[in-house]
Amino acid sequence: MRKSWWKIIAVILVAYTIIAGFLLEAPRLVILNETIRAMHFHVPMWFGMVIMLTASAIFSIRYLRTGNLKFDIYAVELVNISILFGVLGLATGMVWANFTWGEFWSGDPKQNASAIGMLIYLAYILLRNSIADRQQKAKISSVYNIFAYAALIPLLFILPRLTDSLHPGNGGNPGFNAYELDGRLRMVFYPAVIGWSLLGLWMAELRIRLNFIKSKLNEDL
Amino acid sequence: MLLEWRNKNAFNSILLYLVSTVFISYLSFSLKTGTLHPDVWNALFWIILVFANINGVAKSFLQEGEGKTLYYYMLCSPQVILSGKLIFNIFISLVIAFVGFLSYAMIFGNPVANYLYFITTIILSSIGFAGVLTLVSGIVSRANNSTTLMAILSFPLLLPTLLLTIGISKNAIDGIEASLMNPKLLTLLSIDIIVVATAYMLFPFVWRN
Repeated sequence: MRKSWWKIIAVILVAYTIIAGFLLEAPRLVILNETIRAMHFHVPMWFGMVIMLTASAIFSIRYLRTGNLKFDIYAVELVNISILFGVLGLATGMVWANFTWGEFWSGDPKQNASAIGMLIYLAYILLRNSIADRQQKAKISSVYNIFAYAALIPLLFILPRLTDSLHPGNGGNPGFNAYELDGRLRMVFYPAVIGWSLLGLWMAELRIRLNFIKSKLNEDL
Repeated sequence: MLLEWRNKNAFNSILLYLVSTVFISYLSFSLKTGTLHPDVWNALFWIILVFANINGVAKSFLQEGEGKTLYYYMLCSPQVILSGKLIFNIFISLVIAFVGFLSYAMIFGNPVANYLYFITTIILSSIGFAGVLTLVSGIVSRANNSTTLMAILSFPLLLPTLLLTIGISKNAIDGIEASLMNPKLLTLLSIDIIVVATAYMLFPFVWRN
């Protein structure tokens, strides 16, 4: 019970997000209107993804330093869950974009960048599958993971800022800037970010434990 | 380590590959005169360059046999090997870019307005391409099925550089004034630095085996 407090918090926060995100009153901005509620589900996906990818890169560095396979398992499962989050983020974003921008895919810089990010990490999974030797696999894919993270940061955080984006807050669109993101939204948005991120970590933790058990069984056989 | 000159043969074949790609794309657009829209000109130019780079630079580790790798391994430290490969690859990729630009400009016509920026862009992007491709080819040489994996791994990693480059060279073609370009060039430079620095940090792990 003492160890699972953060899981309970995650469940409570996500439940709160779903209920409050749909039912509480939201401010009406031009164009966005009620679709602003999508923010409680779309944006936390990216927060969760970036947090988990950062953690994964850190675990890859730790693996290269220590050579402990445990860290490699951490890294790969975190990447797996963040790919899930990335796909969900893209999907929720596309549904939302269909209502506000008029089409599912409109070539927005951030949309493209996150799709490329997904490609990078899918390539990581593929690279892992193509190497048979366990130590070799861990080492090579850790190197790629760190390199990918170094390429992802400019992709997600610098390049979209250089061009106009259709996203709220860019290029003169009404957005979630400090004064526009008003209290009613914040009350849901911050718990949503924390809740979804914790949920993602929980999923990653379950997969990591599953992976440990599997590798233990394989050793026994 | 700059003894890479030995495989001149491969090098010449890349140049031929490049020129024939330019010519094929010329024929397939079936232009009478150099009247390609600058946007198309730009995009086509960089796509040709990327493919030539992947073909040219990717070979750097893949061609090495087991014995030679072991010999190098005993001879010198990973940093030295990476430096040798990197310098050679940057050189190759610069040659690819300039030869490509010359032949391309000759055949398709040349809309570039601001040469200084265009050439700076070419140089910076060559460094970025060479850095990414050198490390990725090192990684791929450790995994078995090489060529497909090479493309899959390097494409998404090349894209940030490529997007930025296409943007800047579009501006250079249009001759937009300098103050608007410098931030983007600096970003490109910093991406180059990130790529090369991470390659230096990570390469020893790929090499030590």
